[in-house]
Amino acid sequence: MIGFVLRRLAQAIPTLFLVVTGSFFLIRLAPGGPFDLERPLPPAAMQNLARVYGLDQPLIVQYSRYLAALIQGDLGPSFSFRDLTVADLFARGLPVSMTLGGLALLLSLSVGIGLGAWAAFRRGGWIDRAIGLLAGLTLAIPTFVVAPLLQIVFGLSLRWLPVGSWEGGAPSHLVLPVLTLALPQIGAIARLTRTSLNETLNAQPVRTMRAMGLPPRRVARHALRGALLPVVAILGPVAAGLLTGSVVVETIFGLPGIGRAFVDGALNRDYTLVMGTVILVALFVTLLNIVADIACALLDPRLRHGR
Amino acid sequence: MSRVWTRFAWNRGAVAASLILVSMMLACLVGPFLTGHEPGRIYPDLVRIAPGLAAHPEPGEVVPALARLAFRMRVSVSDVTVSGDRVRMVVSDPARPVDERVLAYLPRSDLFGAPRIVERLDEGRRLVVEAPLGRLRFLMGTDMLGRDLLTRSLVAGRVSLLIGGVATAVALLIGIAYGAAAGYLGGVADAVMMRIVDILYALPFVFFVIMLLVFFPSGLGLILVAIGAVEWLDMARLVRAQTLSLRARDFVRAAEALGLSTPAILWRHIVPNTLGPVTVAATLLVPKVILLESFLSFLGLGVQEPATSWGALIADGARTLESAPWMLAGPAAFLVLTLIALNTIGDGLADALDPRLSET
Repeated sequence: MIGFVLRRLAQAIPTLFLVVTGSFFLIRLAPGGPFDLERPLPPAAMQNLARVYGLDQPLIVQYSRYLAALIQGDLGPSFSFRDLTVADLFARGLPVSMTLGGLALLLSLSVGIGLGAWAAFRRGGWIDRAIGLLAGLTLAIPTFVVAPLLQIVFGLSLRWLPVGSWEGGAPSHLVLPVLTLALPQIGAIARLTRTSLNETLNAQPVRTMRAMGLPPRRVARHALRGALLPVVAILGPVAAGLLTGSVVVETIFGLPGIGRAFVDGALNRDYTLVMGTVILVALFVTLLNIVADIACALLDPRLRHGR
Repeated sequence: MSRVWTRFAWNRGAVAASLILVSMMLACLVGPFLTGHEPGRIYPDLVRIAPGLAAHPEPGEVVPALARLAFRMRVSVSDVTVSGDRVRMVVSDPARPVDERVLAYLPRSDLFGAPRIVERLDEGRRLVVEAPLGRLRFLMGTDMLGRDLLTRSLVAGRVSLLIGGVATAVALLIGIAYGAAAGYLGGVADAVMMRIVDILYALPFVFFVIMLLVFFPSGLGLILVAIGAVEWLDMARLVRAQTLSLRARDFVRAAEALGLSTPAILWRHIVPNTLGPVTVAATLLVPKVILLESFLSFLGLGVQEPATSWGALIADGARTLESAPWMLAGPAAFLVLTLIALNTIGDGLADALDPRLSET
């Protein structure tokens, strides 16, 4: 088991290296720079700026410098927020995004699995169909439509909840963003749970259990455990979906998180901020994929010993 | 194959979804010619009209519209009376006789028909003019510039559907070629190729797409390539899995024994046999791509003005949600309807292809 974990961790290193290298050269090859303004700066000032940030060096030197700093955990200074490093910006934005994403993940897992299981146990009934319809809807209505709708209904008409801003993460300010973020994932997880549970409920061991007269509750518990495997396996994509969603949600609700920092950074050609975000996100998704793999291996002995 | 179609045809939901999708495509294709408005035509006097069947200008809109026209005509307009579908007004210029050619401004605004001079007073300094009211209808209302939302939504639909189709095709081509090659070659090549897919799979690709679109001058082509290049991974995995099982089949063995080249075997025997599941995956990929494009357009990174897509229209709508909710509702309804239809068709195809999956 430890070997399995170590092997997966080792496999993550080339992935991250690829991300760093790919995004570095992609950004630098693009036309335009971080100090291009509407009114160009005098050439001398440009040269000074370039020297301070090391942009006057050949690309390959810049790359090796960046890499060397990165290995020591230094993401460099931000180009658009003077006096701040990328790490400072992350220290500010990360708690926001983590709270948001963590709560949304919890919500989508609990509600998604719950609804999916409910639908599977009531197969063919109206509850099943209603949940299926609901799941289809949450998958088809984009986050950026849901968010304004929720704002209008709960914020402006009913006046139950604030329409935006962070306010130190006050619970009332979290409800709408978390809900918006979680909705599409709830749909996806509910669908997956339903399909997988339907399969499991018809599998031989479960049928045997039922034939042997086990109480339905215990049968359900056994079946659910087996059925959750595919759900655990998509944790990586779900996390990626949440990260993508957080870009929209943080923009619409005006939350000072990583997603918004990324969009702002990209628009300002803030090389280091964009690089830092991409690396951070890649690291996060990679780690979650590994966690999902490990969880799968723990749940399913076949995977553990098969390798 | 015919059995698949029969099963599909019996699936009422899927057939309804297909009809919806086809009508949506037709509407987007020919609809803009039938609405009576150019997609870029701006009616400055009819900004943020709510959806409805009523003909515009309505009586209340006549006076402000005429005031604006009078300014451009450099005359003053007074004594405006609306009776039925005609408007009567007095056009006057205190200094000199009114140049009657300025009346051409009235029909040019599309708000009024051809004017008729009823009476000339004060040696032509005052004209009594009568003109029919225009009959402009905005079924889905107008936007903040005064453009017809229905026409714009349909034109936007062309872009969204086009991107959905083309980007899916790009993903399909890359995915099939890559997956079939990996699956058929097997061994080290397969291991390396799929390892690359695994690596790419773990990446937050949307962030890459955003990066691409921000740093390079954006255009339709770049969006297509960016989305297509992101979405081929699923397809590659699927085709590879299919190929692996096909490779051991007798007809492939026979082709090998007959000395066919590898590309020929792939093209003649492997790829056609993977098309069933690939069709399903492609159908389900189209809505994903449309969603991704509208997501990018929503962030302002996708399709740029004056071209528009559903995502861009929704972004406008979200901004004016309080004052003009229909600007969000209309395009969002089009988008959601299309996505649901495509998802339903995809699910229906999957069921028809492999009934066991849905019956379990």
